[in-house]
Parts: sequence; structure tokens; C-alpha cells
Amino acid sequence: MNELPQQLVNGLLLGSMYGLVAIGYTMVYGIVQLINFAHGEIFMTGAFGALTVYVYILPDGTSMWLALPCMLLGAIIVAVLVAIGAERFAYRPLRSAPRLAPLITAIGLSLALQQAVWAWYPDAKSARPFPQIPGGPFHLGSVTIQTGDVFLLLAAPISMAVLGYFVMKTRTGRGMQATAQDPDTAKLMGVNTDRIIVVAFALGAAFAAVGGLADGLKYGQIDFKMGFILGLKAFTAAVLGGIGNIYGAMIGGLVLGVAETLATAYIADIPGMDKFGSNTWADVWAFVLLILVLLFRPQGLLGERVADRA
Amino acid sequence: MRQRSLIAITAALAAGALTLTACGSRDGDKNSDSGDGGGGTTVTIGVDAPLTGDLSALGLGIKNSADLAVKTANKKNYVKGVTFKLQARDDQAQPSSGQQNAVTFVSDKSVLGVVGPLNSSVAESMQKVFDDAKLVEVSPANTGPSLTQGPDWRTKKVRQHPSYFRTATTDAIQGPFAAQYVYNDAKKKKVFVIDDKKTYGAGLAGTFTDEFKKLGGQVVGTEHINPDTKDFSAVATKVKNSGADVVYYGGEYPQAGPLSKQIKAAGAKIPLVGGDGINDATYAKLAGPSAAGDLATSVGAPVEKLDSAKQFVDDYKAAGYKEEYAAYGGYSYDSAWAIIEAVKKVVDDNGGKLPDDARAKVTEAMAKVSFDGVTGKVSFDEYGDATNKQLTVYKVDNGAFVPVKSGTFTG
Repeated sequence: MNELPQQLVNGLLLGSMYGLVAIGYTMVYGIVQLINFAHGEIFMTGAFGALTVYVYILPDGTSMWLALPCMLLGAIIVAVLVAIGAERFAYRPLRSAPRLAPLITAIGLSLALQQAVWAWYPDAKSARPFPQIPGGPFHLGSVTIQTGDVFLLLAAPISMAVLGYFVMKTRTGRGMQATAQDPDTAKLMGVNTDRIIVVAFALGAAFAAVGGLADGLKYGQIDFKMGFILGLKAFTAAVLGGIGNIYGAMIGGLVLGVAETLATAYIADIPGMDKFGSNTWADVWAFVLLILVLLFRPQGLLGERVADRA
Repeated sequence: MRQRSLIAITAALAAGALTLTACGSRDGDKNSDSGDGGGGTTVTIGVDAPLTGDLSALGLGIKNSADLAVKTANKKNYVKGVTFKLQARDDQAQPSSGQQNAVTFVSDKSVLGVVGPLNSSVAESMQKVFDDAKLVEVSPANTGPSLTQGPDWRTKKVRQHPSYFRTATTDAIQGPFAAQYVYNDAKKKKVFVIDDKKTYGAGLAGTFTDEFKKLGGQVVGTEHINPDTKDFSAVATKVKNSGADVVYYGGEYPQAGPLSKQIKAAGAKIPLVGGDGINDATYAKLAGPSAAGDLATSVGAPVEKLDSAKQFVDDYKAAGYKEEYAAYGGYSYDSAWAIIEAVKKVVDDNGGKLPDDARAKVTEAMAKVSFDGVTGKVSFDEYGDATNKQLTVYKVDNGAFVPVKSGTFTG
């Protein structure tokens, strides 16, 4: 039986997750040239926000269909508050400091957030089970789609469309583009750059929160270090797509996800390569791809469309 | 403005410092209150296990069970003039943390024996540290054969570290035992073998594969997974298309649970079989309802079923620990008790006092320890392995592992 369609779907799902988180990296970088390494943890706090709503706020036995919008809202609120707090107290005081200072701050913040959840969230010292959407998987020809994946499948393109509209059409969105191109001139033209930066952090966090909820639904468990590896992968996706470009982040995520999945599935079948084909090697192949792309297109896949930076 | 940003930085620093303090308390429970047997010498028994993180369910069971042994010895005044104390350290299943803990234990002169660790890979990083200090280490859970019999254990067995002992059975017989059950009793002939490339997982998968092939079974695919990720959908699709009627996984439950779930979700309704590393209540929780019928082997016989363990189970309940004793509770109790027995022997031989070279003497005495423990007769062979080689197959039924067959592996 041909397993290619199924493996492509597996890869696209994984890639959508990377893409949702990568958007946060790319927007913040586009505007303040800061690699926000704590973004993976914002993704994690979003997932825990959703869990909190389900376990501690909603009454027991609430239908998943009713609970889902509340969980999404909870995830977004928690992630956005954490991101705004991080911007206000960790990054803004260092805005005129040398570039390396906020970078190190970001790494420290990442560890602090992980450990805070580890120490204070109830029973978060090991993985906590996440509520699942009931109902069996859907079959489309030879492709099986899990119920938990449906949310991701819908949320990723919708979020992307909303973001595209926001950046291109609204006043704040255009302000973001202006700030990305030249913060000083934008300020002179009356753009409140402080506010724009906060909006960029908040938007990135909201997308990460959607990703966090989708991750919980897909894998059925969340833990305090779930954001670390995923954050690194998402950052890679942002670089692959051209950092600073929001569409690039999504495309980079999809390419990375598909590459990892196909590497796991097919490299081992190439004669003489059976040692290099397993799931443990998937990351290696993903990074080989990243290096190749950067060799030929140092600006990333979509890196040229500077005007879209936001 | 200047001042305000200063305030902000200070606030951030304070928050950071608070968090760090919280991390520091990870070493907590240093002085688990083990009762005071009054006067005399205090002997510390160390425990090294993952007390936090994915494997904490197993680790906390080890800690509590060892604590129970210490409390029992103190209550009975089992070694005259000696009060035992427990000191538990968290290794988070990381070899590097394990080694740090080992160094810390060695530097504390009152420590005469250590129970642990859970993971074979952690044990590898600790063995030499303990051996150099002649400090005895008894693991309730390590199953990697090379830990006692050397890297060439299949052909030439060589004792590695004279201070290392274990009450657990090794993968050298756990893998083949599973293969025999899967082939002869469950009648599965086509297996897909997956492991996590760790010492424990790869070893188990290797011994399983050898025996399964010897019996006449067919290996239709092999795959290795990365334990840092939890997306195994690509692997699951491969399993489905391989036509296997059973999956063998060498690894631990944090990955095995999601793996089983994703394999079933991909459409392959075949059981996943694993070793003692997946035999935990958390497995069924992570794997969901589709895990029904999955199998796990475990060393020894189920503690609940053993007459010798009744006392332990009752005492454990009475002591009111928050966590279950889990898969290794009985072995942990026996490991701690073996150390207590060895200390008793040394003290008795020395006229009721601890000798100056107590650590070396305890290690020496350990080789000859023999007593009726929770899991049966406890004694060690010339490599430091348990002489008790009982194993049991468990099956997931209604969200929990229930024993289906116990046996002793021969050949």
C-alpha cells in the first residue's frame, strides 16, 4: 500500500505546529531584531492555560465542543499576558542595550518560565494528560486524520489568513510594517512604536497559544519542557522561511515538518542508508536541509519580500 | 525613567532568584524523617532516583519503599546501636545528575550504601564513582546486562564493579522471556521492533529480537525513535504498512504511551509489547483506551500476589505515602534491606561498633547477604546480579496492567 499521502499529511500537521510558533519568532525579530528564545515557553504556558480552564474552571463533564472555545480563550489570555509581561519587564529595559544582552535575557527567561511551571503548577512535575476531542478518526481514501488533528488543520490556515489581513489592511498592521522598515522614521510619522512592539509580542503569543492548545489535543499530554525542543524547531522554521517574513514562517514550518517526516519514512529504504533513516536521524536531515537552503538562499525561502516584514 | 527601568530589572532579578531557590529545593527530603532509634551511630542510606520529571512515578515509589525499610529497621532496632537515616537525591533520569549525586554521596562519610538508580544509563555514570570509594550501590531496577557482566556479556562475562549489586533481573532474560510469550502464548509471528537507542531500550530490543528469530518468528521492520519528541506519526504509518501483527518497544512509558496511541490511531490495531520500563499505571493513561491488550514483562512476580510481600503492602499503606510503590517498590525495599543486613553483619563482626573502613566491609558483606525479602529470597551471584530470576507478563485491561503469567526463565 502506498503510504506517501499519509506521511505527507503527518508532515503537514507537524509543520503547521512549527509554523504557528514560528510566526511569533519572526514577528518579534522583524520589529525589534530580537530572537525571543522564551517564545517556546510562551507556547507552553498557553497549553497550560488551556488545561487550567478545562480542569479548574469549567465544571466537570463539560462537552469538548463547548469547552474548546473557552480553552482557546484561556490559552490566548495566559500566553499574551506572559508575553506582554516579558516584553515590559525583561526586554523593554534593555532595548538600547547591546544586542547580546536581551538575547541572554531571553534564554534566562525561558529557563525561569519552565521552572516556574515546574515548581508551582499542580502536578506539573511530570506530564499531565490533556483532554481529548471524542469521536473516531476520519478516513479520506488511504489517509487517516485524527480527531485531535482537525483543530490544527482548521486553526493554522485561519490564523494565517487573519494575520495576513491584519498586517496588510489595518492601521496597526501598517504601523507594524513601518516600524519594521525603519523604527525612527515610523516614530517621526506618529507611529507609537512602543505600542506596536507590544502588539507584535501579543500577536506572536496568541499564535503560540493556538499551537499549544493544538499540541495538547494532538498528543494528549503536556509538560513543562514541551516548548523547548518545539521552540528550537520553530525558530529553525522561521530562519528557513526567511526570518522577518510571516508567510515565510508558515512555509518554513511546513517544509521542516514534511522533511522530518519523509526522512523518517524513506531515507532508510535507500540502499546503504538504513543506518541513517530512523526517527532519531530526522532532526539531522532537517538541519541538513536548513544548511542547504541557507547556502543557496542565505535570506531564507521568502526572505526577499522585505516589505512584508512585520 | 532611569530609575523605573532599574526597578523593573530588580523585580525581574528577584523573580528569577525566587525561581532558582525553588529549583534548589529539588534536593528536598534530604532528611526524610525516619524516626529516631535513640543514641548511637547514624548510618545514612542514600537513594538516587528520578523524583521529578517523566519517570517520577517510578522514582518516588523507590524512594518511599526504601524509606519504609529504613523506618522498619529503626523501629525494630534491627542493628543495635545504629540508627538509619534516608537521604534521597533526584537524578531526573539524567546520567550527569546521577554522577553529581554519586559524588555528593561519597563525600558524606555517614553514607554506607545507596539504593538506585532507576535507569541503566544513569548507573553507568555512577558505578565508577562508587567503586573508587568502595561505597556499595544496590539498584532495584537496572536491567542492562553489561552493568554487571561487562560489554561482551553475550560471550565473556566479566564482573565490572565489585561495589555494584542489583535486585532486579536483567534484560538478558527479560527480552527472551517476552519473545517466548509473544511467540508461544500470544501466537504472534510478525514483529516490528522499535527502540529508543538508550542502554536499556536497545539492549532489550536486541535480546528480544535474537530469541524471537530463534523461535521462528519474522522481524518485518525495525525503527529507532528520538525520546525527546512525541510525534511518532511517521513511524506509526510505517508500522501499519509493514503488516506486523505485534510491535515490540524497547524503552520507557513516557514515549511508549504516545507511541502505542499513535500506532493504533494510524490504523494498526496490534498490541505493543514492552519491558518493565513501560509497566506503570501512567502508561495506560498516556496511551488512552486503545492500549487495551498491550503487554509488558516485568522482573519478579507481582508484589500483590506474593505471600512474602503481604507485610510490605500493609506497612506501605499504613505509612500513608502519597505515591504508589509502583513497579520497583518491593525491589527497592529489598535493596535497602540488603544494605541494612550488610551493615548489621559488619557491626556484629566488629563487636557492636562500626569499623573505620566500614564502606569496604559493607561492600564485602553484601556479596554474602542472604535473606527472605519482599520479592522472595534475596542474594547475589558472582557478578552482583540477583539470584532470583522470576518474571511476569502483564496485560493492559481496563486502563491498568494486570498480571497474566508468571514464570522462571530457563535457557
